[in-house]
Amino acid sequence: MKALKTFTNGLLKENPTFRLVLGTCPTLAVTTAAINGVGMGLATTAVLIGSNAVIAATRKVIPDKVRIPAFITIIAGFVTIVQFLLKAYLPAIDAALGIYIPLIVVNCIILARAEMFACKNSVALSVIDGLGMGIGFTIALIIMGSVRELIGNGTIFGINVTANLFDPAVIMILPPGGFLAFGVIIGLLNKFTNIKIRKTGCAGCKLQCGLQHGASSAGKEGDA
Amino acid sequence: MREIIVIILGAVLVENFVLVRFLGICPFLGVSKKLNTAIGMGGAVIFVMTLASAFTWLVYEYLLAPFGLEYLQIIVFILVIAALVQFVETVLKKFIPSLYKALGIYLPLITTNCAVLGVALLNVERQYNFLNSVLYSFGAGLGFTLALILFAGVRERIEMSDIPEALKGLPITLIAASLVSIAFFGFQGLF
Repeated sequence: MKALKTFTNGLLKENPTFRLVLGTCPTLAVTTAAINGVGMGLATTAVLIGSNAVIAATRKVIPDKVRIPAFITIIAGFVTIVQFLLKAYLPAIDAALGIYIPLIVVNCIILARAEMFACKNSVALSVIDGLGMGIGFTIALIIMGSVRELIGNGTIFGINVTANLFDPAVIMILPPGGFLAFGVIIGLLNKFTNIKIRKTGCAGCKLQCGLQHGASSAGKEGDA
Repeated sequence: MREIIVIILGAVLVENFVLVRFLGICPFLGVSKKLNTAIGMGGAVIFVMTLASAFTWLVYEYLLAPFGLEYLQIIVFILVIAALVQFVETVLKKFIPSLYKALGIYLPLITTNCAVLGVALLNVERQYNFLNSVLYSFGAGLGFTLALILFAGVRERIEMSDIPEALKGLPITLIAASLVSIAFFGFQGLF
């Protein structure tokens, strides 16, 4: 039961993109097409599951004072693994995502889950948490990617769905379209659901960019 | 000389790190509420970015590449940046307290700023030499600061205007960022 709750937590209640507003850089940068969203989402999910598992397994061994550098090293290790797997087996996805694959290291979703969940829970629960958060992030990226691809290119996953009835607004797959789509989607969520997102970027991140501040700010969540 | 100008102007305007490359969005949205915090954060980012790219370039060229350890790039770079930020913070606190007071609170935020790691990785990817790496990073930091300062001005105006309930806060900020980004798009094809 607790496992199921942990899993759905990442999908809806604490969706990393739309509710916690974490990892905005990849959300905006790679969602020029729905398929890129899938690639980025799954790569991040793989890193999340791996790092959550290792951090949960070593949570009693790592001294509290050096835990943040230790977490980052573990995360960077998994990112390296994922990067090489992608290069070897899915070179097209690797080329499309480019520099944003190594930048998964500094995606605050991963460090936030390590700090807020994995270092306090069992390995099994942490893996489920990583899976839930990762899938929540992937779904958010697919939504963003589909919207931008549909308006900007008239396709979804490369399939033409508008039958060329209108000229695609190319601006949506260019950088300004990323900000616009994200802003409008969050605005619509505010309007039509009871999810209220007011906080911006770092304020929504309960970690409060806690690399060095992690220890001092862990106790005072939310007063950014 | 021409090359230097092209690299710096290119990094500041054509591929502005925040508005065109989407690096460092968190601090861009987080600290652009007021003009003076934007300037403080921008100064800290320029400083750390230039220093970090110089260090990571040296580490890559003289430690990783000769020993065939390029696959450790990500781990080594992020640790170098984290250590560097910590070191800069300590040194500033001890020797230049006035500068520490101005930049201090922004320094810890910078390690998680993906623009710093991003610029280090881009330098390697583009095989810039030492001077070009440093210039490119300086330009990237400058571009980040420019975007932050411009956007702080936009946000101060937003604060005072009448905005639909659902768009208050983050959504209107993102939509405004989109407009600023369109403006920067005008620099595409400058060179």
